[in-house]
Amino acid sequence: MVAYNIYFFNRQGTCLYYYEWHRPKSVRQGAGTSADDQKMMFGLFFSLKTFAAAMDPRQDNKSLGAPLRIGEACTFHSFCTNNYKLHFLESPSGLKIVLNTGPDAGDLRDHLNYIYGAIYVECVLKNPAYTPGRPFSCELFTARLHHYIRSLGL
Amino acid sequence: METINAEIFTLTYGSMVRQLIADLEDISAVNKQLDEMGYNIGIRLIDEFLAKSKTGKCGDFRETVDRVAKVGFRMFLNTTAAVTNWNAEGTECSLILEDNPLTDFVELPEGCQNLVYCNVLCGVIRGALEQVSINTECSFVRDVLRGSDVSELRLKLLSLNKEEYPFKDDD
Repeated sequence: MVAYNIYFFNRQGTCLYYYEWHRPKSVRQGAGTSADDQKMMFGLFFSLKTFAAAMDPRQDNKSLGAPLRIGEACTFHSFCTNNYKLHFLESPSGLKIVLNTGPDAGDLRDHLNYIYGAIYVECVLKNPAYTPGRPFSCELFTARLHHYIRSLGL
Repeated sequence: METINAEIFTLTYGSMVRQLIADLEDISAVNKQLDEMGYNIGIRLIDEFLAKSKTGKCGDFRETVDRVAKVGFRMFLNTTAAVTNWNAEGTECSLILEDNPLTDFVELPEGCQNLVYCNVLCGVIRGALEQVSINTECSFVRDVLRGSDVSELRLKLLSLNKEEYPFKDDD
């Protein structure tokens, strides 16, 4: 298994954190700039979530594109392509974590929850120097994240 | 969950309020500052609450307030609040604090009778709920430190926000 990259977004679409362990196709060859890359990633999961909710065969579905509240409609946890698997976690506070791994990775929901609760909350939100809503680059966070990702064998 | 000694917490809070009074010299400015500090705590604390309580979603405002009173107060203050006095529309209610560790050992001296000693709690609730797209107003209506038999927080729902796509299509 391999982990490619990870994104943290807030509700406003600001990319709070980005890290790539391994990205054979560089951003330059893809979206061009990292700002565009982040915006495309945000658009990808945002639209996918809206579509998933609109096509839900089980629940009263809102028309496509109608603004939803978090938790109001169904959501996706991951999707897999032949090249990579995208894992997605959204917290009711609007934080969104996207982790791209190889397609053979299993269900990482618990692990994303761990990254959220035990790494992000502890190292970033409890850091008095951190201003909420701003991108962060805290060493302790990065170190713990790497350590955890490595411990998963990614 | 990590815990600290309740007395240290109470005394630290007390000395902080004392310092604010010394610095700002105006009781209403202190009340405002406490609310502001609470707000800044609340917008961070919500993620810890969500991550540790594994709260996914609340069906309605009543359920949200219930979680705040039962799970939130338990997690951060080791106490609970009773939720009562709902208005007919279900948008306003009162949180009654039977036991509030912040007010242990506290007496308001002369000249501080308008101090809302625990105003930080109002800010915390407002800030935390704002992060989950619930805009509220919160204030103390009764306070044991000012002679009431219980402390009562009035919580009013203003609006519920939806998730909007934050970018314009053409940029």
